[in-house]
Amino acid sequence: MAVKTATIKFHDKEWEVHSGMTVRAAIEKVGLDPYAVLALRDKRLINDQTIIEPEDEIRLVNVISGG
Amino acid sequence: MKCLKCGGVAVIGMPQHRLKLCAEHYTEWVVERVRRTIERFSLLQPGDRVLVAVSGGKDSLSLWDILVRLGYDTEGLYINLGVHHGDYSDVSQEHAEAFATEHARAPLHVVDLRQEYGKTVPELSRTGRGRRMCSACGLVKRHIMNRVARQGGYACIATGHNLDDEAAVLMQNTLRWQLGYLERQAPALPATHPGFARKVKPLCLLYERETAAYALVRGIEFVDQECPYSVGAKTIAYKLLLNQLERDSPGTKLAFYQSFLRAKEAGAFPPTQGAVDLTACRVCGQPTTAGDLCAFCRLWEAQQQHG
Repeated sequence: MAVKTATIKFHDKEWEVHSGMTVRAAIEKVGLDPYAVLALRDKRLINDQTIIEPEDEIRLVNVISGG
Repeated sequence: MKCLKCGGVAVIGMPQHRLKLCAEHYTEWVVERVRRTIERFSLLQPGDRVLVAVSGGKDSLSLWDILVRLGYDTEGLYINLGVHHGDYSDVSQEHAEAFATEHARAPLHVVDLRQEYGKTVPELSRTGRGRRMCSACGLVKRHIMNRVARQGGYACIATGHNLDDEAAVLMQNTLRWQLGYLERQAPALPATHPGFARKVKPLCLLYERETAAYALVRGIEFVDQECPYSVGAKTIAYKLLLNQLERDSPGTKLAFYQSFLRAKEAGAFPPTQGAVDLTACRVCGQPTTAGDLCAFCRLWEAQQQHG
């Protein structure tokens, strides 16, 4: 049976992740810092304990600014 | 994850406050936290005309939104510094203008550096005796903010500095034991001379993550990309370091900054110098410690001679 996946987007990067994991786990899986980004699904903010559903498109937004 | 107030779906968990909140209760919580910060540090008075310095980013636009919701009489100021890499300055200006029109419904004053002074910040720092980019940028912004605030007769300038900004600067200054900077770091910077505008930081107790979440929940469109010249900036390195500490011990940043403020109130950082002699700059008239020409006008004079 094929593994169901979802998409994580951050700026111009894109990753496929397994559904069923939390947003936080997915963020860590793609090598990003969960403290440095927030996640949106359908343009709505979701908490990082949200379970990712098959075919979800999660957009990450950078929260660290500086200079 | 459920909202601790209503049991609805939480949009954010904040272990540092042991709170999980839904969209509605989250924005209420943020506005109340800023109201309390303003009250605690006497940042603003009812009826104050406030000039909000906006960059098009999440912090300053959230700040403007919150001050409007709290009933303050606000106007915005956007300084187009001419950072054209990725159209950064122009895109940022578009966000600031859209917010002023659609959310704040208040005037936005735009100062375009090239139109008013003939050069952009990247050009300033590239030629002649120009300062390094971030240094020149900071100098230009401080000067123009002060000029516009004084000319417009505002009670103060409000900036979007958040807790992460303040904690990162505090860490940097503490590691180098910069007593002068530590003495001056505060939620409100008083006008030490009639020619200087007062500055306040109403978001100083809000985590950067919290201001970003607020902007997203409120539907505020902000510039998501970072200034291309801030890549590798020390401030960001300190923020990442503090986030590591925060991960192991939620609330570390808040405790660090608030402990500093309490120590300061208790007299831990007495003034390191007496009264400073200020004279009026012969070109712009702003007060300066640097003789007859302020640092800003000296920068432009150097450009004319060498650029």
